Amino acid sequence: MTILSNMLLSFLAAASFGVMFNVPKKLLVKCGTVGMAGWMVFFFLSEHAVDPLPSTVAAAFTVAVIGHVYARVYKTPVIIFTVAGIIPLVPGGTAYRAMRAFVQNDYENALSLAAKAFMISGSIALGLVLSDVFYQLILRKKMRPENDAAV
Amino acid sequence: MDANLEEKYDIMDVSLLAGKIMLENGAETYRVEDTMMRIAQAFGIPESHSFVTPTGIMFSIETDEPTKTKLTRISRRTTDLYKVSAVNSISRRISAGELTTIQAYRELKELQTAPMFFSFMMQIFAAASASGCFVILLKGSWDNVLPAMIAGGLAYFIVLKVSDVVPTMFFSEFMAALAGGTLSYLFYRIGFGGDLDRIIVGALIPLVPGLLITNAVRDLMAGHFISGLAKGAEALLTALAIGSGIAVVMTFI
Repeated sequence: MTILSNMLLSFLAAASFGVMFNVPKKLLVKCGTVGMAGWMVFFFLSEHAVDPLPSTVAAAFTVAVIGHVYARVYKTPVIIFTVAGIIPLVPGGTAYRAMRAFVQNDYENALSLAAKAFMISGSIALGLVLSDVFYQLILRKKMRPENDAAV
Repeated sequence: MDANLEEKYDIMDVSLLAGKIMLENGAETYRVEDTMMRIAQAFGIPESHSFVTPTGIMFSIETDEPTKTKLTRISRRTTDLYKVSAVNSISRRISAGELTTIQAYRELKELQTAPMFFSFMMQIFAAASASGCFVILLKGSWDNVLPAMIAGGLAYFIVLKVSDVVPTMFFSEFMAALAGGTLSYLFYRIGFGGDLDRIIVGALIPLVPGLLITNAVRDLMAGHFISGLAKGAEALLTALAIGSGIAVVMTFI
C-alpha cells in the first residue's frame, strides 16, 4: 500500500513539476515515469536502511540515465526529463529543519542539519555526474552513433 | 558581395535568436553554445565561436571577411521547457536543410512570443498537487495533504504574480515563502492538518530551484565555470530567500 501510494504520488509530483515548467504535453507522462523511477530507488534504499547519501546518489543516477535514454529516443533536451525527477530528491525537509533550528538559536543542530542538506545536494550532483560519465562511456556507443544535436 | 555579407548577418541573427530563446527559458549553457554553432554550421559557416553566460551571449563567426561578432543581453529568465525543446527541433530541421534563414528566423520570432502552453490556473493547480504529493512522500499523514495543497498553490501564485510586479530578484520567493508559511501556520492553529512541519515543507516544494541546481551542476561539469557558478549562486540565494521567508514566520510562532 505504501509502495503503491509512493509510486503514484511520485509520478503525479514529477508530472506536476512538468506542468509548472511547461514541458511539452506529450512528454509529461515520461517525466512522471522518470520521477517515479528516481523516487522509488530512493524509497527502497532508505527502507532498507541505506544512508540517505548513497540512496540519493543512486536515485539521481537513475533519473539521469533514464533521462538520457528518453532524450535519445524522443530527440529532446535531456533536462526536460531530469529536472522533474531531481526535485523529489532535493533535501527540502532537512533544509527546513535546519532553518527552524537556526531561528530557534539552536546552532548545534542547525549546523549539522545544514551540513546534511548540503551533503545531500552534493550527492544529487554526484549522481548526475556519474550518469553523464556512464552515458558517454557506454550508452552513446551502444545506441546509434549518429552524430546529431547534443542530447 | 553586399548580399553575401547581409546573409552572414542573417545567419548570426538566427543563431543568436535561437540561443537567446533557449537561454531565457532554462536551457543549459553548453546546449545553447552547441545549438548556435550547429545552426551556423548548417548555414555554411564552418567556424564560429559562442560565449554564453546567464546574462549575455557573445557570438562571432569567421568568414573570408573580418570576423563578425554580436552580443545579446539576457535580462529576463524564466522556465519554459517547451520553448527549449521547440528551438532544439528547429535547429534539427535547419541541420537537415529543411529551413532557410528567413523561415528559421520567422519561426523563432513566433516561438519567442508564444504564450505558456499550460494556463496560469493549470500551473497553480500543478503546484498545489505537487505540494500535496510531497506531504505523503515525506511520510506525512493524509489529513495534511489538503492544507499543504492550498498553501502550496498560494505560494506559487505569489511567486508568479509578485515577480511580474516587483522586478527585484528573490523578493517574490521571499514573499511566497512568507505567505505559504503563514497560511500553513493558520491552518495548523485552527486544527486543519496536524503536522506543521510537513505542511510547510510540502507548501514550499514548488518554490525549490530544481532547474537551477540541475543546470548549475551540468554547466560546471561541461567546463562552463562562469555559468555554473552564477547559476549555483542564484540557486543558493533563492534557497536563502525561501529560508528567510520561513524564518520570519517562525519567529512569530
